[in-house]
Amino acid sequence: MKKTALILAVVVAGCATGSSPQADLTAGFDAMIKSGFEANKIATLDRLKQDDTQALCSDPAAATGAAAAPRRALIEKANLASIKWPSDGKYLGDWKEGEKIAQSGRGLTWTDAAGQPNGGNCYNCHMIDKKEISFGTIGPSLYNYGKLRSVGDPDAAASTEMVKYTWGKIWNAKAYNACSNMPRAGHMGILTEQQIQHVMALLLDPKSPVNQ
Amino acid sequence: MKSLLIVASLCAATAAGAQGSTSVEIEKYRQMIAEGNPAELYEAQGEEIWKKADGPKKASLEQCDLGLGAGVVKGAYAQLPRHFKDTDRVQDLESRLLTCLETQQGFNAQEVVKTPFGKGKKADIVALTAWVSGLSKGMKVNVVPTHAREKEAFALGRKAFYFQAGTHDFACASCHGEDGRRIRLQDLPNITTKEGAAQGWTTWPAYRVSNGQMWSMQHRLNDCFRQQRFPEPVYGSDLTVALSYFMAATSSGAVMATPGIKR
Repeated sequence: MKKTALILAVVVAGCATGSSPQADLTAGFDAMIKSGFEANKIATLDRLKQDDTQALCSDPAAATGAAAAPRRALIEKANLASIKWPSDGKYLGDWKEGEKIAQSGRGLTWTDAAGQPNGGNCYNCHMIDKKEISFGTIGPSLYNYGKLRSVGDPDAAASTEMVKYTWGKIWNAKAYNACSNMPRAGHMGILTEQQIQHVMALLLDPKSPVNQ
Repeated sequence: MKSLLIVASLCAATAAGAQGSTSVEIEKYRQMIAEGNPAELYEAQGEEIWKKADGPKKASLEQCDLGLGAGVVKGAYAQLPRHFKDTDRVQDLESRLLTCLETQQGFNAQEVVKTPFGKGKKADIVALTAWVSGLSKGMKVNVVPTHAREKEAFALGRKAFYFQAGTHDFACASCHGEDGRRIRLQDLPNITTKEGAAQGWTTWPAYRVSNGQMWSMQHRLNDCFRQQRFPEPVYGSDLTVALSYFMAATSSGAVMATPGIKR
């Protein structure tokens, strides 16, 4: 009994004095985040609660390099499993609507109204339709996306794999690259299923200006 | 006065919004920069605010210590943020001014924190940053972590820079972690490098031509977090100061070009 108490005391003392600088930094960091933000309208504090993907990708030392491969694979697996495929089985909508969604960067900031349709922010990072010269370069060019991948007829069996991959990538980009810079449009509720169908058409419909 | 007129005409041109006239607008913009930065008006205002007796204590800010001793303004901005003994905090210029508004003049700093940008004492602080930063123009940034709290601020700021959260999984690093990236046509400095950090740190506060407003670094960070879809950062908080510290220390040695002018 006495011995147990002693050991306990030693362990407790160890906790108090032996905490690593890393642990101290984490505690300080959590406190700083907690006191550093306030909810503003729709931008509420629960947005600061990280999921496993965000937690891993916030630590470049842990998320990059060969040693990170197993953790990244687990994150990708979980994100892949979360993808919801189109409920009506339709992958492609209207490319004209898709273009509007790709152009819009609206939605989900504290100055945006709740309930209005969100934009896809696509042109912020990607070249898409060649006519739009105001495009960002954080992501790769998507010009000729379908054409370059030989998606002639999106409904053909030969296209199925590429069509499904594209849906999955838009729904949850982290399913294929754990720490991709691309938001998880479907998974995080940024875009609706119907909006994603329209963006899919922008990329894959042979009639879309993207594939001319 | 002349520069104000040019700003007015540039705004009108922007409002007209014809895409074909981009080159004309750019030419006007270049001309305006050559004529002088409207931030000068804010600098003049800031100097007046610094010297004017105000607040419940009817005192000026002339005894405020920005890190080089009471009342020393020249060169002060180039060595901020830094640790201050009296508050035992690392403070940037704006959080330090909050301290001085309270200790020297008797204002309630918490009320100022909650005041919207562009209003009341918050607007005064922005004018003060224009003036104070102008008195470090041409000087080298000298922010090197030495005090334990400064080392901690650097480490915390770096961690905050990579902190992903929210609906879009964004961190500062999502846009500012690589060379040669753009959002639409806007070039993004890579803040993890000395050059990139300097592009940010040594050019704010700045006059923003697109909205005709003077913005401080705190305001700049606030709008970054808005676009990240985060909740709103608290003005002058340890979080915003740590991020600023990370940026300033990464840019240390670069030459201050404040107050700046932006698109």
